[in-house]
Amino acid sequence: MTTDRFSASVLVLFSLFVIWESRHLPLGTFRQPGPAYVPVFLASLLLIFGVSLILTAGRAPSLSSLRWSEWRHALAILLTCVFSVFAIERLGYRLTVLLALVFLVKGMEKRGWVSSLTFAFGMAFGSFYLFYTVLRVPLPQGPLGF
Amino acid sequence: MSETLHNLYIGFSVALAPSVLLYAFVGCVVGTLVGVLPGIGPLAGISLLLPASFGLDATSAIVLLAGIYYGAMYGGSTTSILMRIPGEAASVMTCIDGYEMTRKGRAGPALAIAAIGSYIAGTVSIVGLMLLAPPLASFALRFGPPEYFALLLLGLLVLAYMSGGSMLKSLAMAALGLLLGMIGIDPMTGFFRFSYGLVELGDGIGVVPVAVGLFGLSEILLTAGQPTATEIKKPRLKDLLPSREEWCDSIWPIGRGTVLGFLIGIIPGSAHIISSFVSYAVEKRLSKHPERFGHGAIEGVAGPESANNSATSGAFVPMLALGVPSGPIPAVMIAAMMVHGISPGPLLISQQPELFWGFIASMYVGNLVLLILNLPLVGIFVNVLRIPYPLLYPAILVFCVLGVYAVNGSAVDLGIMTATGALGYGLRKFDFETAPVVLGLILAPMMEMSFRQSLAMSSGSYAIFVNRPIALVMLTVGLALLLLSVVPFLMKRVDWRQRLGLEAGQEKETL
Repeated sequence: MTTDRFSASVLVLFSLFVIWESRHLPLGTFRQPGPAYVPVFLASLLLIFGVSLILTAGRAPSLSSLRWSEWRHALAILLTCVFSVFAIERLGYRLTVLLALVFLVKGMEKRGWVSSLTFAFGMAFGSFYLFYTVLRVPLPQGPLGF
Repeated sequence: MSETLHNLYIGFSVALAPSVLLYAFVGCVVGTLVGVLPGIGPLAGISLLLPASFGLDATSAIVLLAGIYYGAMYGGSTTSILMRIPGEAASVMTCIDGYEMTRKGRAGPALAIAAIGSYIAGTVSIVGLMLLAPPLASFALRFGPPEYFALLLLGLLVLAYMSGGSMLKSLAMAALGLLLGMIGIDPMTGFFRFSYGLVELGDGIGVVPVAVGLFGLSEILLTAGQPTATEIKKPRLKDLLPSREEWCDSIWPIGRGTVLGFLIGIIPGSAHIISSFVSYAVEKRLSKHPERFGHGAIEGVAGPESANNSATSGAFVPMLALGVPSGPIPAVMIAAMMVHGISPGPLLISQQPELFWGFIASMYVGNLVLLILNLPLVGIFVNVLRIPYPLLYPAILVFCVLGVYAVNGSAVDLGIMTATGALGYGLRKFDFETAPVVLGLILAPMMEMSFRQSLAMSSGSYAIFVNRPIALVMLTVGLALLLLSVVPFLMKRVDWRQRLGLEAGQEKETL
């Protein structure tokens, strides 16, 4: 299996999913397109491109040749982002950023407690002050007013 | 001509107002920092700082964001020359000969030529923008939905054709972006499409979370945990002066880079990136000693650096005159203008001349500010790279979260950023370009609307797209590009992009 074949297969599956999901919407006619017309047309195009890629992807590198050495960091960063999605309006901006940075800098990068906490506090409160107070960008405070 | 000069006078009276001047300066400084830092390109930089411009008036906001854009172009060259780290993608070509010059003890002249070339290209290309945008805007008043549809389709095809790797992959990415742009309420019928009960998706997916996810977050995901170079060579001010021979070798590459960059900038696509690749290839081909390229040829610095700065101004032509973004960066700037109640397009120049001409004049000022800033302060800017990456990437992540959340105050946008970040990570791992996704997302609502309006105008007849001459010409050019890209595949010939070194693989090797 080559990298291009694998990625093209994912695109094909995605295009089929879009076509399937469009069944809830009126397709319209060739002369009078409905809300599903353009999405179905685009998904069909994606399907054609995907199939063409599968057919022409013989010379691409093999799937096993891909290196994923950064996967631990990537996963930790994505988890931090997911945490931010759920926490930012519940805990407030500063507490969310503080916890996220402590996790990344202390937990992932193995820095000392003092430098991790100094950095996390500085970033969380410094960026809040700059954007919320100076630039007047609205940011959530959280239930503790924090 | 006298009218243009009069308008420019109005523009300078706007641009030289202390508050506007301050925002031009701040934009240039922030842009230079954005350019210096690997991982945040101009697109992510502008997206992240977009919320900070909400409290400003329209002129100051657009001047600030434009300052970040061309500041990043300047800043990107500094780390390319001194450390062989391209601060942003357009500086990849500068790494090759710029860093070789540094190794030979000629970092100063390389930086000076890059800054002076950028200044000349930036200033000359603004003249082009100033002269070309108003007549183009007048011409665009003849455009109806069929012409806009043809123009947008042409834009996507040009982007796919000019992109690095395979055109098939780029077209697939454009289709994916267009599909993402279908999410939300159908403007013609009011049906909710693919929103799965999330009210926040009614207006569709925002450009900022997708741009930050695909460009900013995915870069962090790819680079976190990898070792980074820490050696920084800082030239002294007195070492900056190029020799007479270096001046002579640089003049023509700067001139060619300026013209080439501006023309490529007008065409949709990642203009600033493509222009530097094409300029490098042209200089190498025209050189009497092409063997010097790759070993510290100053032409390899002068041409690409001039071209990428010139392309920046070129990209503003369709944005200001037609209201059509030629790439993801102008698209985010259009979004910023819309936040301030301004609709870029043919009527902008006539209805809000002080904004248009103030913007033009601020670009002259900004280029001068950057020249003054960059050469003496180069040592200070590169110090940013002393921050260890294990601390730098969490800080960038905080700005990603802050910037995306602040646009709409919506946690759903953070979810979109996370999802598109993961998508961008996967796409880049598998050698897909992400720029067509963003452009497709932005163009999708405009394209669908103009397509369906055209059919409504013609009572369902598709002949409307070929009966109107302007639309026909644009569609013919688009078709020709498609055919051109198929020919090398069928004839088993090497196409022009490979000959010019635009293949994605080569770009990676250079990095």
